[in-house]
Amino acid sequence: MGKVFSHSKSLRNISTHYCAGCGHGIAHRLIAEVVDELNIREQVIAVAPVGCAVIAYDYWDFDCSEAAHGRALAVATAIKRVRPQNIVFTYQGDGDLAAIGTNETIHAANRGENLTVIFINNAVYGMTGGQMAPTTLLGQKTATTPQGRKPEEGYPLKISEMLALLAGVKYIERTALSSPQEVMKTKKAIRQAFQNQIDHVGFSLVEILSPCPTYWAMPPRQALDWINNVMAKEFPLGRIK
Amino acid sequence: MIEKIIIAGAGGQGIMLLGKVLAEAAMQEGKFVTWLPAYGAEVRGGTAHCMVIISDRRIGSPRINQPDSLIIMNNPSLKKFKERVKNKTLLIINSSLVDKLPPKNTETLSHPFTDLAIKLGNIKVANMLALGCYFARKNIVEEKTVLKVIFEMAPADKKGLVEINQKALKEGLRLR
Amino acid sequence: MKRILMTGNEAMAEGAIQAGCRFYAGYPITPQNEIPAYMAGHMPQAGGVFIQAESELAAINMVFGAAACGARAMTSSSSPGISLKQEGISYMAGAELPAVIVDVMRGGPGLGNIWPAQSDYFQATRSGGHGDYHCIVLAPSFVQEAYDFMPAAFDLADKYRNPVIILGDGMLGQTMEPLHVTTSPRHHVTRQNKKWALTGCKGRTPNIVKSFYMKEGDLEKVNLLLQKKYKTIKIREQRYEGLFLDDAKVIIVAYGTMARICRAAVERLREKAKKVGLIRPISLWPFPENAFRLVNSRARRRVKFLVAEMSYGQMLEDVRLTLDGQAEVGFLGRSGGGIPSEEEIISKIKKL
Repeated sequence: MGKVFSHSKSLRNISTHYCAGCGHGIAHRLIAEVVDELNIREQVIAVAPVGCAVIAYDYWDFDCSEAAHGRALAVATAIKRVRPQNIVFTYQGDGDLAAIGTNETIHAANRGENLTVIFINNAVYGMTGGQMAPTTLLGQKTATTPQGRKPEEGYPLKISEMLALLAGVKYIERTALSSPQEVMKTKKAIRQAFQNQIDHVGFSLVEILSPCPTYWAMPPRQALDWINNVMAKEFPLGRIK
Repeated sequence: MIEKIIIAGAGGQGIMLLGKVLAEAAMQEGKFVTWLPAYGAEVRGGTAHCMVIISDRRIGSPRINQPDSLIIMNNPSLKKFKERVKNKTLLIINSSLVDKLPPKNTETLSHPFTDLAIKLGNIKVANMLALGCYFARKNIVEEKTVLKVIFEMAPADKKGLVEINQKALKEGLRLR
Repeated sequence: MKRILMTGNEAMAEGAIQAGCRFYAGYPITPQNEIPAYMAGHMPQAGGVFIQAESELAAINMVFGAAACGARAMTSSSSPGISLKQEGISYMAGAELPAVIVDVMRGGPGLGNIWPAQSDYFQATRSGGHGDYHCIVLAPSFVQEAYDFMPAAFDLADKYRNPVIILGDGMLGQTMEPLHVTTSPRHHVTRQNKKWALTGCKGRTPNIVKSFYMKEGDLEKVNLLLQKKYKTIKIREQRYEGLFLDDAKVIIVAYGTMARICRAAVERLREKAKKVGLIRPISLWPFPENAFRLVNSRARRRVKFLVAEMSYGQMLEDVRLTLDGQAEVGFLGRSGGGIPSEEEIISKIKKL
């Protein structure tokens, strides 16, 4: 009987540093599986963010670059322009992509750079200790919104919907890591976003609603339910463009 | 030999070009030259100017505080630069557009370059008339070099304008 | 050889292309706009990439990305824009990425003005951003040097895997002078030798470009290696020009545009048999301490130095540190658009 399942070639065989119930490990693995399946490991160049996934390059087993906080899409733009034969993707959190890096995000998208963007939305800054993110829900308690986010602190920023308005953007889908079914949909979307780059389609982004039990202050299973019952109401799942 | 020239006028009078023709011709005759434009927002205002230095040896500052020659193509430029005039500064004035009196103690050549250019058939060649007038007084490059430069600097689609510019330069050389 | 009239800005852009630069990203700011304009027109013909970035931050980080995959990459800006780029320069120094950054200095602080100044000497020669690092800094005086220094800058960047700053000013950028263009194609350059570059991990273990070291002790080790590299650069790469140092009683120290003005002043004074000399640092970091050793220590006590800058005493500190109290140091500085003239320098020397 042939082997039907094995460890991803694109993932080093070590444990991650992520908290119990965190979505990053799953997202890393989905990317690694897609890279294996598309047989592009030797062409991939990843741009890792500043955030909890800052050392993603310790987990993926392909070429990676660091980027300053928010600048992943500027770095990736140049890599792809200089080496169009490579497959270039960024992996960014909500603070990185939708706060400090909003400008780079909008303009890389508007130029229609042929890039793949994996956007992890967990509605909070994780690495720095659970502060309010641009995607934090109204009423959500964080280290810097101890009473819960109020409208005057800003509404949850729907950057995917904003980006969908831009002519340069070819594909946006929002998925979640809240159940096995949703995980499989996420993998499918990631695969599409990579395939688009291979086919020279253009700027493709997958927004992934991802659990952060630690800074949501709830057990992992409840965090998954919170994505389905609360977060997905504010950030509806499905194809946006 | 060192010659410091400030050329000033309104945007559109070909001030920068006048300076470039002068600098290019001097360079082709083996001189050290610098050409420094006024850059920034003021170029769209009252005056445009550039500073050209021609020398036998390496040039220090491209900026000119006290010019040896001053080519003035409109009123606001005279106002702007008259303070920098020193004894023996050669002043070349476009009397079509300058009605103020030039400062004393200068050697002044005043001619209606704009009116003369209109008569020649193109108002834009007033700059070449002024340049010719300048060369007539300060014989620092040869006429044939300047005529060659005018030809070389004209873009391919504007070679038709070479003749009238060369003609204007020659007319200018006759003005005293 | 044919000479053409070119501005310093255009000369730097053409020099970079001749040096094998194949990536440029920049953002508009006066007085360096001729550089991106020239790059936009000429880079595609050279088979390179030109991007007008959405910000100075994006531009420098694009250079980071291009350098990370082995391309000779460059950006340019002027003082306020260079301030914005400091974060990216720090990351490049940390990740040991080679790149060239042109700073066509203008008046500051703040928005300042667009006229020539040299008031960003500290920013360029100290770590302008966070962390213990140095950029190699070269200061051209003439348009010809603006062109000639570009290949040297890219070679130094690659040799030491370190950012190199070309420190010019609005005067250098905007002035047109005759330029000898040497067209020796140099873009055979070392891309294939950059084994660390990101190219996809075909046939090798993956490469990682980073400046982040969380494990206890790791960053310190990396920083010590950086310091070792800086020490090597300090020993090997001091560049300067000395004029009449043998018998000078007064030595002017000036760089860039200020140096060309001082040179003219020195030449005028020599015609009157005044014993004046010039030390003109070409590399501002490493600061050319060796030039001051030429003036031997016994003579040094009798020689007076005059530092002239278009700033209020920045390079002055390096001169004082180098002389270490062994000679009198006078100072002439203006900034904010004012440029000391030959006459001002001459009259200052007479007063010393």
